[in-house]
Amino acid sequence: MQDFAGAFGLAFGLIASGDADLFEIVGLSMRVSLTALLLSCLIGFPFGALLVVRRFFGRGIVIALVNSMMGFPPVVIGLLVYLTLSRAGPMGWLGLLYTPTAMIIAQTLLIAPIVAALSRQVLEALQAEYEEQFRSLGISRWSAVLALIVDGRYGLLTVALAGFGRAVAEVGAVIIVGGNIDHLTRVMTTAIALETSKGDLGMALALGIILMSIAISVNLAASALRAVAERQAYA
Amino acid sequence: MPDAASVIPPKPGEAGPRTPRDRILPGALRIERLVLEAAGKTLVNVEKLTLDPHSVTVIMGPNGAGKSLLLRLVHGLIAPTRGWISWGEVASGEATRSTQAMVFQKPVLLRRSVAANIDFVLRRRAGTKAERRVRRDELLARVGLADRAEQPARLLSGGEQQRLALARALATRPKVLLLDEATASLDPASVQMIEQIVLASSTEQTKIIFVTHDLGQARRLADDVAFLHHGQLTEHRPAGEFFAQPTSEAAKAYLSGRIVL
Repeated sequence: MQDFAGAFGLAFGLIASGDADLFEIVGLSMRVSLTALLLSCLIGFPFGALLVVRRFFGRGIVIALVNSMMGFPPVVIGLLVYLTLSRAGPMGWLGLLYTPTAMIIAQTLLIAPIVAALSRQVLEALQAEYEEQFRSLGISRWSAVLALIVDGRYGLLTVALAGFGRAVAEVGAVIIVGGNIDHLTRVMTTAIALETSKGDLGMALALGIILMSIAISVNLAASALRAVAERQAYA
Repeated sequence: MPDAASVIPPKPGEAGPRTPRDRILPGALRIERLVLEAAGKTLVNVEKLTLDPHSVTVIMGPNGAGKSLLLRLVHGLIAPTRGWISWGEVASGEATRSTQAMVFQKPVLLRRSVAANIDFVLRRRAGTKAERRVRRDELLARVGLADRAEQPARLLSGGEQQRLALARALATRPKVLLLDEATASLDPASVQMIEQIVLASSTEQTKIIFVTHDLGQARRLADDVAFLHHGQLTEHRPAGEFFAQPTSEAAKAYLSGRIVL
């Protein structure tokens, strides 16, 4: 068992020396989470905007459903994806289980509802302001969806950052569908869980420090964006 | 929201179907037995009103008289409880709305540059990119914002924002321009510029319907005045007659500067 200070020393040593294993894990984490984020934004932004623009029957139920999916436990999503992708499952023939692709699928299912629900909230206020003007100008629904996404860009970027923060810090879903296989599906969170249980606190802490730095940078980026938006009166 | 009413059937003997835009113009605005109710209250009740297709009509009346609601009904943004609004032969709705443009009391500008706000409208219309750029520069020059093209629209002053909203409305080349208290609480220079542009548009055959409770403004602009009180049309007459000798009690009181309840 390493002592506390020793673990920190080891951690900074690993980061400073550019340890290959460490940065491979960080790289995979970023690749999986950023891809899941991209997919989630492609789904979530238009879906959120559509929920704002269209007043259809059952809209309230759909919104409640999306909102409650925000709080879905990651392990349950992991389990569902596992069941679907496992050899006996309906998509088992794809052979995706224990691959980064499976992890991307799980994370997308996890954060797409978050992106959609938060987008709807952000765009609702914008729509309240624009609706009458858009009807006066004869803007079609799809053009309105596009315009809301463009004009809500700063708010939506904050939404995306929130989604990314959730994805990159998530462990339950990716460990089930990824399996934490070394050099293949090992990401920061699963590696921290493993290294801690193995007692390799230096590696765990190094990853923890990097993960924390990412989380902090994401939040700083979010407030910087807000400041830019306010300066241009676009918030 | 459903549109106001269905299209009037063509008259017997009229040649085959034409596009809505052809049939609307030239055409007067006709309102008949128009009623708007909400929560058991009658907000607008206009028995009959016919407006010339090219004049500047000013809708006057005290606050809460239903002026803005009448304008929204005319534009087809809200549907009446009962009654009729038609332009020429076509019932008010999607088709007539596309030939009209409205400037709201509080300008709603996109969170983009001044130029992009105009482009947003121009992009939906015919013309090459180069033609649209020329047209945009023309419009911005017309409202005195040529040197502001690249600025964020929402950093403009109140008067400048409303001028931009007017330029955007004109970008649609409307046959009818509706203005809802468009100059209320703006700086005098902007008010003057907007009034001049409105009058210039009128001479270019655009029908103007201008809602205001500013008496001086009504005198400067109006060809004819429709006076609303408690949602009722109390009179509609040529501006000269109206200002010289209003017939309804409400209008008399209003013109003499008394508070109209």
